[in-house]
Amino acid sequence: MILEGKAWIFGDNIDTDAIIAARYLSTYDQAELASHLMEDIRPGFFEQAGSGDIIVAGNNFGCGSSREHAPLAIKGAGISCVIAVSFARIFYRNAINIGLPILECQDDLYRTLQEQDLLRVDLDRGLIQEIESGNEHQAAPFPPFMQEIIRLGGLVEYVQKRLRETG
Amino acid sequence: MSSGQTMVEKILAAKAGKDKVVPGELVNIRVDLALGNDITAPVAIKVFEKFNLERVFDPEMIVLVPDHFTPNKDIASAGQVKLLRDFARKYNIPHYFEVGRMGVEHALLPEQGLIRPGMVIIGADSHTCTYGAIGAFATGVGSTDLAVAMAVGEAWFKVPSTLRFEYEGRLQEWVSGKDLILYTIGKIGVEGARYRAMEFAGPVIDSLSMDGRLTMANMAIEAGGKCGYMQPDQITFDYLKNRVNKDYTPVYSDSDAIYEKVYTYDVSDLEPQIAFPPSPDNVKPVSKAAGVKLDQVVIGSCTNGRIEDLRVAAEVIKGKRVHPSVRLLVIPATQLIYRQALEEGLLSAFIDAEAAVSTPTCGPCLGGHMGILAAGEKALATTNRNFVGRMGHPESEVYLSGPAVAAASAVAGEIVHPKEVM
Repeated sequence: MILEGKAWIFGDNIDTDAIIAARYLSTYDQAELASHLMEDIRPGFFEQAGSGDIIVAGNNFGCGSSREHAPLAIKGAGISCVIAVSFARIFYRNAINIGLPILECQDDLYRTLQEQDLLRVDLDRGLIQEIESGNEHQAAPFPPFMQEIIRLGGLVEYVQKRLRETG
Repeated sequence: MSSGQTMVEKILAAKAGKDKVVPGELVNIRVDLALGNDITAPVAIKVFEKFNLERVFDPEMIVLVPDHFTPNKDIASAGQVKLLRDFARKYNIPHYFEVGRMGVEHALLPEQGLIRPGMVIIGADSHTCTYGAIGAFATGVGSTDLAVAMAVGEAWFKVPSTLRFEYEGRLQEWVSGKDLILYTIGKIGVEGARYRAMEFAGPVIDSLSMDGRLTMANMAIEAGGKCGYMQPDQITFDYLKNRVNKDYTPVYSDSDAIYEKVYTYDVSDLEPQIAFPPSPDNVKPVSKAAGVKLDQVVIGSCTNGRIEDLRVAAEVIKGKRVHPSVRLLVIPATQLIYRQALEEGLLSAFIDAEAAVSTPTCGPCLGGHMGILAAGEKALATTNRNFVGRMGHPESEVYLSGPAVAAASAVAGEIVHPKEVM
């Protein structure tokens, strides 16, 4: 799958309270959650970000709580993919489990890219291309087990397939 | 060449039916317990319904604790809790803990004897790592993972590598497990243990109480850890006696286990520690925090709402008054702790000092309810996170400490070492 979108740059250690504040967790409505995405650290972000856009961040993206509302809010806002140097582990598994594409890339894109630079992402190959300059960056490949979950669209679909196979 | 394994590797290997697992290996294994709360379980229930199953995999292995926005703070929260309650009834889940019988989940489950050494526990709450203090492998996951565990009883894990932390020396008066873990997070940073297991050991841990150990393991996630644990010992077994009525087999790290790194800290001179906003790794000794004026102090949470925490706080505050410009909230973490604090006269000490004592709830820790901060306000809390907006307005600030410093600072109106008010 090929994704194209504008890059929105975030720093290190973006925590789940910053992604979606706890005061909005009395709902799990994805559209409602999305409307408060990054509200406390970047007011108005939901209005700025367009469908298909890409979040580019530093180390330890999604640290803090286990709230799946965080990747749900990102997905709900139409963000097509999150690229970070590294992800906190619960966020990492939550994103894979709900089928939000994420890429770990050691190149410090969050330092070198400009806000709203256009990116093309080849998810299958883990290849990130800066459209204007043509510069390419390689993301870490997923283990086959996770590739299978991503290919099927999430952990629910993966388990459903298994339940069907085992009757 | 043979080499030993850590406690976590052994637990995961046993569940995977293998002699040995190595860090990085993926395993899909049966879990012994799966936990959800009123924020994460509603999402899990919605996901579970997609499986169209007539029953859960095993009602006994599911624990549902409405603790975050309870007693229901508003209509939406009441609806979320009702989802849990109805789900528990529909699928005959015995471990549903209603208001009046509940507690903050990570204080409640060990207290109720649901946690045993050697277990594999997942919880749709990041502080599930608390149970490592009892020699279990316990880790936070998301709602979809919880839904899958409810449906098929399994979860996938990447075997973590392990960091070992050895604490040597002898703790000063007023220094507790909270100070040890804050110090550690300050040293290694909020991603210092990312994806890794944290093994806490050494003579200081050997003599640390179970409440202190639970506090330490609780905050492993604040260093990015997958889990944090102590190996079971006599303190563990004494804690489990009269709580646990099922058999268990303690699991220990081999003496030749392979650690990614070993950190050794001599903590004899350690002062009480403070995490400054906006990150749990922004840690300084209390002497460097002196003079920070406070609007609110919170003593409670899954980190420090246990009986030992309340005893220390009451000892500091007994016979004194909360500073006129400070609001002190004391939140015993479970009903049992509440009753114990009542019987020991701790609640009187708090109320006489003009503190507000609340029924168990996560409430203010995550800015849910029961103590939200206005713009510009500062709080000192015995909780676990101090991110931007964590306890309320994005322009409010949260400092973290142990219960002794929190109680003393409530009296002083600013952050102080407990000895300043004794």
